[in-house]
Amino acid sequence: MQQIDCPWCGKRNETEFSCGGELISRPQDALGADDKAWTDYLYFRTNTKGVHTEVWRHTFGCRQWFKAERNTLTHQVVNTRKLSEETGEGHGDHG
Amino acid sequence: MDSYSLFSLVKHALSGHKNWQPAWRSPKLKPHYDVVIAGAGGHGLATAYYLAKKHGITKVAVLEKGWLGGGNTGRNTQAIRSNYFYPEATEFFDHSLKLYENLSQELNYNIMLSQRGTLTLAHSERELEGLQRWVTAIQINGVDSEFLTPAEIKELAPVIDISKNARFPIAGGFIQRRGGIARHDAVAWSYARGADALGVDIIQNCAVTGLDIRNNKIQGVKTAQGTIGCERVGLTVAGHTSVLAEMAGFQVPVTSMALQAMVTEPMKPFLNTMIASPVVHVYMHQSDRGELVFGGGADTGNSYAQRGSVPILEENARAILELFPCVSRMKLMRQWAGIVDVTPDTMPVIGKTPVDGLYINGGWGTGGFKAIPAGGDTLACTIARDKPHSLIEKFSLERFRSGELVNEAASSGVAH
Ligand SMILES: Cc1cc2nc3c(=O)[nH]c(=O)nc-3n(C[C@H](O)[C@H](O)[C@H](O)COP(=O)(O)OP(=O)(O)OC[C@H]3O[C@@H](n4cnc5c(N)ncnc54)[C@H](O)[C@@H]3O)c2cc1C
Ligand SMILES: [Zn+2]
Repeated sequence: MQQIDCPWCGKRNETEFSCGGELISRPQDALGADDKAWTDYLYFRTNTKGVHTEVWRHTFGCRQWFKAERNTLTHQVVNTRKLSEETGEGHGDHG
Repeated sequence: MDSYSLFSLVKHALSGHKNWQPAWRSPKLKPHYDVVIAGAGGHGLATAYYLAKKHGITKVAVLEKGWLGGGNTGRNTQAIRSNYFYPEATEFFDHSLKLYENLSQELNYNIMLSQRGTLTLAHSERELEGLQRWVTAIQINGVDSEFLTPAEIKELAPVIDISKNARFPIAGGFIQRRGGIARHDAVAWSYARGADALGVDIIQNCAVTGLDIRNNKIQGVKTAQGTIGCERVGLTVAGHTSVLAEMAGFQVPVTSMALQAMVTEPMKPFLNTMIASPVVHVYMHQSDRGELVFGGGADTGNSYAQRGSVPILEENARAILELFPCVSRMKLMRQWAGIVDVTPDTMPVIGKTPVDGLYINGGWGTGGFKAIPAGGDTLACTIARDKPHSLIEKFSLERFRSGELVNEAASSGVAH
């Protein structure tokens, strides 16, 4: 069983977590955004092969959402961070 | 090409089966082709076959990163059906089923199509109402589907517990009798052999590593064996759709995920139909070898790893036991996964792309084995005429910009 490092709780079994998919951000100017910006946000994804930035939730734990960098080819979680932390050391293996 | 028949079997038996010809050549990559297809799964091979057969385009190469049929086409659980909800989906998948019904004859290759029926179960009154609506929609779309009572289900598949005490009691179900399974490898091999006989070059161990695009038009393809020129390119790479689209500078709304399946040890005939339960989220059939083949949900999160995680394996096994407690002492023999590219509405992305001369066939997600003949037929037509075939107009990449999604999430529900 793989363990994922929750930025709030530390290492826990992967079955406690749910993946919320690729980290995306909502168009800031909701009224000004055109159809392309909205459909990009709704449907289009990088779906990266390699290190992919995602949001995860510690569903059966603290229930917090957090950011994770995960290699989609090896499943290794390289880094986890609180959503509010833009930079910094983060958590995880730094692989 | 050797024609396969009882006569040829007898003839070769007399010489100890030592003189069979390989089913396809292993040609060298040529410097130029009219059409290059990336990915030798069922969809790529079928596209090449129909390009040559129906459109007379024979200067075609199918380039495969690994070995032909080694992707999802050789990893799926073989369910074939056309019982979708919306007319555009039903029409497309029924076209596919009709092509499957004649494929062994057309390609002179036994694909072992077994129309044993696909049965979908309901476990509550509310679910039954949903199912009845679905059955009616399928019938209105002109495809066979029949509602079944618990007693009729018991008669069809005695192994199902229809008692009130069952963990998931059976409220009813529906069957598409023309649905069933076909041998997945044989589908890839038969199209490969058919395409090869018409002059198509199938090149294995030859990954596409880049696309040569100038003035927004395809000029050629970079491959592991060198750069070649071509007029048109078809992408049929399933889980790698995003990777290839990125080479061409655009995105496709797909998520690549690991979908796993597993088989038990073989046993005597036990189940003569394909059974799926959307609520328990699992499906199962018995292979001709006697193994129980089953699968359920995909693994969480994006993946390119081609292996399934243990927690999801346990989840799928648990689901099977809740539906069929009687198989609890069967041993699991093998488990594996393929990388499927799932779209937001679970329907494919097939047709033209923003680049001239570049066509796409992907987004089949968890259910594109049943679509192989129609996916190949319609993509070949689209490449030949540079205009989407009428059956796939609704499945363009454009629909995610215009908002005309075809949401079949419910009828694609359990991943098969
Ligand atoms: C466990 C499982 C169960 C399934 N069950 C069912 C089912 O019951 N019924 C059903 O209808 N569908 C099912 N599916 C889905 C079905 O298998 C797929 O939708 C279908 O096989 C897709 O065919 P394809 O030809 O597009 O892809 P594939 O067969 O995956 O072929 C794509 C090929 O592209 C190659 N490729 C990738 N990148 C490159 C590159 N850069 N250059 C060259 N080649 C490349 C790959 O190696 C691969 O061989 C299942 C899938 C899985 C994984
Ligand atoms: Zn936590």
